[in-house]
Amino acid sequence: MKPCKEKQSFKGVHCLKLLVYSFKRLFYFLPILVCLIAIGFFLFYLIPADPVRLIAGPYATQEQTEKVRQQYGLDKPLHVQFSKYLIRFFHGDLGTSIYTHRPVMEDLINRAPATLELGFASLMGSILLGIPVGVFVALRRNSWADHLCRAITIGGLAVASFWLGIMVQLYLGYYLDLFPIGGRITPGTLLKNLTGFYLIDALLTLNMKAFFDTLLHLVLPATTLGLPCFATIVRFTRGGVLDTLKSDCVLYERAMGLSRSVLVYKYILRSAITAPIVQIGLLIGYTIAGAIVVEKVFAWPGVGNFAATSIIMFDYNAILGFTLWSGIAFCIGTLLADIALALVDPREVSR
Amino acid sequence: MISYMPWVKQFFRDRLAVFGFFIILSLILVAIFAPYLAPTTSIYDVHLSERLQPPSSRHLFGTDSQGRDILSRVIYGSRITIVIAVIAIGASLFLGVPLGLFAGYSQNWLSGTIQRISDIFLSIPQLILAIAIAAVLKPSITTAILALSLTYWPWFSRLVYAQARSLKVSTFIEATQALGASTPRIIFLHVLPNVITPIIIRSTIGMGYTILTAAALGFLGVGAQPPSPEWGLTLAEAREFLPKTWWFALFPGLAIFTVVMGFNMLGDGLRDVIDPRLRISRK
Repeated sequence: MKPCKEKQSFKGVHCLKLLVYSFKRLFYFLPILVCLIAIGFFLFYLIPADPVRLIAGPYATQEQTEKVRQQYGLDKPLHVQFSKYLIRFFHGDLGTSIYTHRPVMEDLINRAPATLELGFASLMGSILLGIPVGVFVALRRNSWADHLCRAITIGGLAVASFWLGIMVQLYLGYYLDLFPIGGRITPGTLLKNLTGFYLIDALLTLNMKAFFDTLLHLVLPATTLGLPCFATIVRFTRGGVLDTLKSDCVLYERAMGLSRSVLVYKYILRSAITAPIVQIGLLIGYTIAGAIVVEKVFAWPGVGNFAATSIIMFDYNAILGFTLWSGIAFCIGTLLADIALALVDPREVSR
Repeated sequence: MISYMPWVKQFFRDRLAVFGFFIILSLILVAIFAPYLAPTTSIYDVHLSERLQPPSSRHLFGTDSQGRDILSRVIYGSRITIVIAVIAIGASLFLGVPLGLFAGYSQNWLSGTIQRISDIFLSIPQLILAIAIAAVLKPSITTAILALSLTYWPWFSRLVYAQARSLKVSTFIEATQALGASTPRIIFLHVLPNVITPIIIRSTIGMGYTILTAAALGFLGVGAQPPSPEWGLTLAEAREFLPKTWWFALFPGLAIFTVVMGFNMLGDGLRDVIDPRLRISRK
């Protein structure tokens, strides 16, 4: 009984360590966020155009311009404006969008579920497909499957996602008529909005028609967004497995007579998985950035589409808000990857 | 030169790398000889009577919404692509390499600051930062190049930093120090030649990546502006005429795909040949 108890207490200590570690990592991201705000904010003041003119319009009189300047606090010194912006940011206020005339925070929150649903679908799909494929091709090195996979990964990393999006839209959506071309759901489909995540809403209300409709709408954009993720995950899983196979421990385990499946899925995968995990953390950030172009192509009503529109409209508050949103998403992604890494490899925590 | 021979031999044994090499070579040739290769040199002239024509013997890639020959525009677009990639990567090298060398070689508060700044830049997806920069300035190819250089240099500084740090404690640098060489002399004459190969590999892969991001900027309307034949911008124009005109969207995208794939394959091949330890890379 005693060894068992010791093991349990070890587990408890490890959990605590993990928690402390996560908090430490969390504080590491705070300066990054502040710097991101600073970069975005001061960039604003490098523009040759006067933001006041942009808001007030080209035909505003001198008085009107001055009024707008005071209203937006643009007459104060730069550092005062910046600290004000910082304080407002930590209160969840990102200013008003010049284009939609609504608070940017509200706009982002309304659109976030669509983007998260898309990003989650493409990442989950590429992880669930990518890791097994990566292991499979690593174990059959230099077979035709391996070569095919190498071609797909090279192609997947080289393709521009907006072009791929347009092509699948055209061929799979329009010519073959397999999938809907754009949007999240067929207009007119009844669906009660509970969480904003259509798949979850449909499941909660047991609305199977809407569920499958949403799923079909998700296929093309998720594939487009997920292909580079898939390519990266396959590539790093393959590399990780090949590196592990070379190490001595595999030779000993093989000598112990462990079966092939136990060897691969219990021992090799555990040490090979660290490289893809780090990449998945980075891919979360990539997915948020890639969402801009993919959502634009598929008319997906998410944050990325909002950003694409704000860019054309020179809606500065919205662009800055989007930059921060993606910065936060990136930090969360890296944090999750760090925690996952610490779970797989306990040495990470004590480092 | 003799010591380089095994590399060359090994490089030509890697079929993918050779393939990539020839793609890049043909891209450069196409860009140089664009006026001779393109069916027409008047790529900006509007011919409304010939608008949106499918591929034919007269227009191999068809015509766009203004009646312009798409093949010619794709050929001229290669010039823009090369200019963007070369200047953006060149500027990032110019900025990143000295900063990284300096930060790695001399350990003081300044080098710590350089490291933190590049950490921050690296922790934001390049496309987003580039959009933020390109969106506040006036959208143009120059802005796109500026945005791409400002966001890519940390990759070089980070790479060079790590190398310079490990070189700093090596015996031959210590010997040079003992001989009384000045710091700039050591950095540029002794450290730099030893980090040049990873820089070349990173630049090659970075070019493909930069081309992809530049095309995305063009597509989003913050890069090249009409009537430029830039590939990303052409795709944005083509999108409005789908699904009728598949040729309008297919060929510029195919050009981006081929070129980026060429750079990626070349970069991978170079890495395998020059530095087999780094066989799995980041990008």
